[in-house]
Amino acid sequence: MDNNTKKERGRKYLNPYIGGVLLGLVLLAANFVSGRGLGASGAFKSVVVTSINAVDKNAVDNLPFMAEYAESHGTSPMKNWLVFEMLGVLVGGFLSGAVAGRLKLKVEHSPKITSRRRLIFALLGGILFGFGSQLGRGCTSGSALSGMAVLSLGGFITMMAIFGTAYALAYFFRKNWI
Amino acid sequence: MGPLAPNLVISENTNFLLAFFIGIAFGWVLESSGFSSSRKLAGVFYGYDTVVLKVFFTGALTAMLGLLFMSLFGWIDLSLVYVNPTFLTSAIVGGVIMGAGFIMGGFCPGTSVCGAAIGKIDAMVFVVGIFIGIYGFAFSYPWWEKMYMAKYLGEPKVSTKLGMTDGLFGLLLILVALGMFIVAEWAEKRFPREEY
Repeated sequence: MDNNTKKERGRKYLNPYIGGVLLGLVLLAANFVSGRGLGASGAFKSVVVTSINAVDKNAVDNLPFMAEYAESHGTSPMKNWLVFEMLGVLVGGFLSGAVAGRLKLKVEHSPKITSRRRLIFALLGGILFGFGSQLGRGCTSGSALSGMAVLSLGGFITMMAIFGTAYALAYFFRKNWI
Repeated sequence: MGPLAPNLVISENTNFLLAFFIGIAFGWVLESSGFSSSRKLAGVFYGYDTVVLKVFFTGALTAMLGLLFMSLFGWIDLSLVYVNPTFLTSAIVGGVIMGAGFIMGGFCPGTSVCGAAIGKIDAMVFVVGIFIGIYGFAFSYPWWEKMYMAKYLGEPKVSTKLGMTDGLFGLLLILVALGMFIVAEWAEKRFPREEY
């Protein structure tokens, strides 16, 4: 490993096992304080419901999936635990990057592919993840990680499906990463 | 005592404020572990960087053990803690779709927000994709409704399903994780790697 390149790219990352224990303590705190785990995709859904509602109030009522959600969240779907938590993630991620000297506007990609190709695959991946997180009732955070911590059968199954599929398909997308 | 919000020890608004601070800690840990980099995240699928596996499983185990011990000491009432329901079909199909998104996009929703926070343009594009995907699901929901609701099993615990106590299952999972960490350390030495 080249130490000079490392320095150029900002300070070193946290030891992964220490990072894992800290992540576990944050998740434990969420459960102790709020009686629920961490999450991410639910906050995106709140934004989607709010935006559809802003454009056309009837649209949400005509979309059974959204109507149910809007109803269970009272007056505003933005007044939601996950929305506040994800705003925190944005701040926390930024602060950590600022302290470590990693703030930089760039497209990160393997030298073997173009930025354009990276961005196309990022968009496709995001679309699939967004869709899958709704069907699967939560993403890697809300369903897999938080579900595992409370021993949820569904959490374990979703975790295995996510990682298993990614491993099974890794060969076909290897050019993008290695 | 715990969980505080469901036990009405703290108000709803305090709960939201604490959610913001919990989020800051979450984002900080993800970013400082390297989860803002798609190339680091994708490394776990090729063996050149297994940070995802180590952080993810150490995190899940720490929280699981913490909850089991806090419950044992009477500090938290686990019956008031949300347990994700199990809809077998959608858990599998949704997971498969997310797995495909993971290997193509290199992020998951939480990590893409971290990447976007420090200026990764690929992460911002991934976030746009998430919104498109959720709109797509919402508008086509009637097509998936049957699958979404199929095979509802309630909120079963994996330990109960396997006929073990929570403690024994936790112990076995620790042993499995240790085995995976050994393989992960070996893989990182075996496959050439560069810090991103």
